[in-house]
Amino acid sequence: MSAVVPVVRIQAEDFDVAAEIARLTRGRNDIGAVVTFSGLCRDEQGRLSALELEHYPGMAEAEISRIAGEAIERWPLQGLTVIHRHGKIAPGENIVLVVSASAHRQAAFDAANFLMDYLKSRAPFWKKEHHSDGSEGGWVDAKEADDKAASRWKRD
Amino acid sequence: MSTKLIYFAWVRERIGRPEEDVELPAAIETVADLLRWLKSRGEEYEHALQYPDVIRVAINQEHVEHREKIAGAREIALFPPMTGG
Repeated sequence: MSAVVPVVRIQAEDFDVAAEIARLTRGRNDIGAVVTFSGLCRDEQGRLSALELEHYPGMAEAEISRIAGEAIERWPLQGLTVIHRHGKIAPGENIVLVVSASAHRQAAFDAANFLMDYLKSRAPFWKKEHHSDGSEGGWVDAKEADDKAASRWKRD
Repeated sequence: MSTKLIYFAWVRERIGRPEEDVELPAAIETVADLLRWLKSRGEEYEHALQYPDVIRVAINQEHVEHREKIAGAREIALFPPMTGG
């Protein structure tokens, strides 16, 4: 089996989940499982009009590629795509996508889960809230739960 | 040799600029030394780096610990804990 090269994209534009699945599975008969995770912008009960995602160009691609490379080393994947948007994103819109493909479901589920946990605590993105009532929004605080979620994948 | 410092999110807002080139004094060996030195450069730095422990640092676009040596760094970024995903 040739080495899987992950697709990593950092972009302002939206993405098409179905098209991204098709990109990984087109012309192949060996993939038995595709898991997708999409992260969307919430309005927090009407409080938010948008989230603004700042990122570190260059490092964002590099860090997500490092995490994707680790996933490919740990699980028998046949394809892996990670897309993360930046800029102003309205409630209901997509923020992030992970698509993992494997012969069997467990590897695909685990790899997607791992990717998201690591991405949350290591990918250089920061969310700023924009309030619906026009008042000044603030930066979203990092959650300790996200760090804990990432640490459960640590190996000796 | 000058080093490029880059700031993100509230670190950038509090310092009041996205990046700057600085000549680092020779005595600055580690990331922790750099944070201490920066903090003494003025009110805005003091405000941004008030709690140095929460500041995350990347050297040449890779995460590092505060005890890491900064010798040879072209680009050092300072930012709050990340909130992507």
